[in-house]
Amino acid sequence: MLDAMIYALPFLMEGLWVTIQVSLLTVTISLVAGVVLGCALIYGPLPLRLFTRLFSDTIRGIPILVLIFFVYYGFPAIGVDFDSFWAAVTALTLFKTAQVIEYVRGAVESIPRGQNEAGMAIGLTFSERLTSVIFPQALRRFLPPWINGVTDAVKGSALVSLLGVTDLMHAINQVIGRTYEAMPLYVLGAFIYFVINFSLSTLSRRLERRLSHVQA
Amino acid sequence: MGYSLNFSVVWRNFDKLWGGLALSLELAVISLAIGIVIGLVLAVVYVSGGRFTRMAIAVYVEAFRNTPLILLVYLVFYGLPQIVDIRYDATTSFVATLSIYAGAYLVEVFRSGLEAIPQGQIDAGRAIGLTPLQRLAYVRLPAMVRISLPALSNTFISLFKDTSIASVIAVPELTWGAQWINLNTFRIVEAYLVATAMYLVTGYVMLFGLRLVERRFRVARHA
Repeated sequence: MLDAMIYALPFLMEGLWVTIQVSLLTVTISLVAGVVLGCALIYGPLPLRLFTRLFSDTIRGIPILVLIFFVYYGFPAIGVDFDSFWAAVTALTLFKTAQVIEYVRGAVESIPRGQNEAGMAIGLTFSERLTSVIFPQALRRFLPPWINGVTDAVKGSALVSLLGVTDLMHAINQVIGRTYEAMPLYVLGAFIYFVINFSLSTLSRRLERRLSHVQA
Repeated sequence: MGYSLNFSVVWRNFDKLWGGLALSLELAVISLAIGIVIGLVLAVVYVSGGRFTRMAIAVYVEAFRNTPLILLVYLVFYGLPQIVDIRYDATTSFVATLSIYAGAYLVEVFRSGLEAIPQGQIDAGRAIGLTPLQRLAYVRLPAMVRISLPALSNTFISLFKDTSIASVIAVPELTWGAQWINLNTFRIVEAYLVATAMYLVTGYVMLFGLRLVERRFRVARHA
């Protein structure tokens, strides 16, 4: 059993690197897109608000697996061509963006109205109010769920193995295809995922506890 | 681009999708039911147990919440029968996996529900002479159910979406139905468009239904 694990380790590490790449790309792109669209949802004109609401509710209502297949097989039909790696990243990013939009909305709406009004009263412009009044306070409410949501991105990235992207999950299945020793490898794989995600969720919990003290 | 949609083969094989949707719902309901039992028992044990029981339950919860569901599905279906002498079909194996996965989430839901009950209610139960078991049955559990209802319905919706992962071990649910149509007719875009619409409509119909139930049982807010 130990032999199988030692034999597999170099392959799994290569896969892990792809898993990390997919997760990092997903998390970074969705953070930018989600914050922009989240602001559009709160402050944008009505058509933009409706569009963002529709986007978020639709994407969050579809299983990630179906979304991945949809992007991979559906987008080439409308003329957007990409390989399986970018199809997977696109699908996961769409899903994550919808989540980030909701985190942003929740965080900004938790700030009392008076804060914004006070900013207006002392003559701050809209963008000044955002950057020096609303966002610094909303960050505290945004950070813990967002970090916790990164674990969802890492877990979701295992689904890209179904498109033939050689991530950790796919690497595990490939080694099992050669050695027929399924159990030790699945346990090892589960352990690697666990270590990454448990560290992230512990960080999120610590941060939440810490930030809850600062609340005025 | 030069792709024109043709849904006729999808309608001709619609029984695959319709039957798939029925199975998806069935998988979600059964897993939720078993998950609720696991979650309830462990949550009650957790809040009244000692340090080691708490630790053991925390290990279970963290292990299952921090591992991808697809890996757990493979592990239970392909891995487990290699080391212990059990045999099951793909559907049973998936229900077992999803139930234990759901249980890990529900322990947390019920535990925070139990901890959110105002101490005064439990003290009141003690004051009128209820035994600990009576306090659990008549005071703490009913209050906990009402507090955790919204989280419970969210869990159900995500379980329904998670059933799509059963397709990787060929359980004939909705996603598998879409794959079947793709393999046999190559009308992949159409098959996934229809399957996606079915997931969305079913998910939102359930969500609105559950929100109505929640509103009926909502805990009155105290000032």
